[in-house]
Amino acid sequence: MGISDAQHYQILSLADNSLILGQRLSEMCGHCAKVEIDLAVSNIALDLLGQSRFLYQYLEELTGRSEDSYAMLRSESEYVNILLVEQQNENFAQLIVRQYLFDHYYALHLQEIANNSNDERLIAFAKKTIKENTYHKRFSKSWLLRLGDGTEESHNKTQEALQFLTPYIDEMVSLGAQESSYVQSGEMKDLVSPISDIYYETLVSDFKEATLEWQKPQYHVKGGKDGRHSEHMGYILADLQFMQRAYPDANW
Amino acid sequence: MTAKQKNLEDIFLQKIDAEVKIEPKDWMPDAYRKTLVRQISQHAHSEIVGMLPEGNWITRAPSLKRKIGLLAKVQDEAGHGLYLYSAAETLGTSRGEMMDALNTGKAKYSSIFNYPTITWADIGAVGWLVDGAAIMNQVMLTRTSYGPYARAMVRICKEESFHQRQGFDIMMTLCNGTAQQKAMAQDALNRWWWPSLMMFGPSDSESQHSEQSMIWKIKRKSNDTLRQQFVDAAAEQAKVLGLEIPDPELQWNEEKGCHDFGSINWDEFWQVVKGNGICNRDRMKARVDAYETNGSWVREAATAYAKKQSQSSIHKVA
Repeated sequence: MGISDAQHYQILSLADNSLILGQRLSEMCGHCAKVEIDLAVSNIALDLLGQSRFLYQYLEELTGRSEDSYAMLRSESEYVNILLVEQQNENFAQLIVRQYLFDHYYALHLQEIANNSNDERLIAFAKKTIKENTYHKRFSKSWLLRLGDGTEESHNKTQEALQFLTPYIDEMVSLGAQESSYVQSGEMKDLVSPISDIYYETLVSDFKEATLEWQKPQYHVKGGKDGRHSEHMGYILADLQFMQRAYPDANW
Repeated sequence: MTAKQKNLEDIFLQKIDAEVKIEPKDWMPDAYRKTLVRQISQHAHSEIVGMLPEGNWITRAPSLKRKIGLLAKVQDEAGHGLYLYSAAETLGTSRGEMMDALNTGKAKYSSIFNYPTITWADIGAVGWLVDGAAIMNQVMLTRTSYGPYARAMVRICKEESFHQRQGFDIMMTLCNGTAQQKAMAQDALNRWWWPSLMMFGPSDSESQHSEQSMIWKIKRKSNDTLRQQFVDAAAEQAKVLGLEIPDPELQWNEEKGCHDFGSINWDEFWQVVKGNGICNRDRMKARVDAYETNGSWVREAATAYAKKQSQSSIHKVA
């Protein structure tokens, strides 16, 4: 079965975002403030890892390369996830702000895929994932409000996390260099730029409700979509890839 | 003891004899309540601390399938902790009190979780042996005399038996794999075998709480009986895997109809119980970091926000 570079890129970018964020969240299993939060964070991680698995399996069907080879045996620059999802679980406020930013972007992006993609499998994936994402959004927004408008300490930590993560926001809703070239050549539809305005409007309104100060960023940090990652990525991959690298040719 | 108290205790014992479950609002002797709070909260803490050694391999699991399976399993343990804390709460102790008891070292958890998970095969061995040993105990507890505990156990047992199969499947895959994988499986069995036998607690002759618990039907089988059942089952399973149990004295005793096995190193057991295992300090630190250092402010924020919300809804109504 043939696959264009643009189609390959599109599936891979969705899969990589889910994989890396799922990996990050799974680090927290057993380390959350309450058992209930532990259950919820693990649930979201499981949904995201399940999504990445579905997409890598789809790629496996199209290219013959195995799902685990995609997930665990590529070099760092071959991963095309956004920089936001690599950011650390510095504290629960940073985890929640990162999750809130991702969930609300993802909801809009999935809707664009469901409405405008040419790929039936991706449309089915988007429709199924929107349902999961609805729960994730509910969790991250409700905690954004609790932390933002909770105590002075939680407010300050959340404000700080928001400041820290703000430069990574715009990468989600603008095209990377690779994506731009596919869009310009007509091989790919632009399914991110159209959601930019509504995404920023949502952020403004939700941050206000959470009593957080925020302005649309003036500068952006980008590169993940084109394989240029933060220093965190190497450590994520060191964990993620350890067994596959240490024991090549073994089945698990 | 007053006549009224005597009467209440008689009713309580009649219920126990008649296999009628004791429910939260029923009268019960203080010592029965105290024993249950100790046992159920200790069980809950074991589920929560037990997430740590297995959680140690989630980010490094060797395939996506195994990663998802392990994460789901460890998440189940959190769920078990939650059922058990809820069951203990019906006896009049709060979750906060129980967490404080854990974090200050006042309450115990199963000592097995003070051993390290060093290789991926340990995840298989923990599922196969540790969950296997836990099931022996938990199946018995589905018939325990306190209703909420028994009902929590029914649900937990269903999930635990799935976990044990998952652990066995990991071991089977390793044993059918490369020589290096099989060696990894054998090494894990070597390290987990004896601590798994210790999970059933001291021998019947040494067990501090056992006798009264048997009378109250909190426990229905002795530590040694359960341990024997486990050895008999695991010995057969090891044969299927093609692994050797690290006990030269282990052999089938035709006359007794069960396996003989070597003596347990109880010095090691008590050392680990007292806090001197490899991972005791790490486990406690992880729990205190999660709940206190990185957790208090999160729970405080949730409480403060809920208060603000309820005040604002009162204003709106007014």
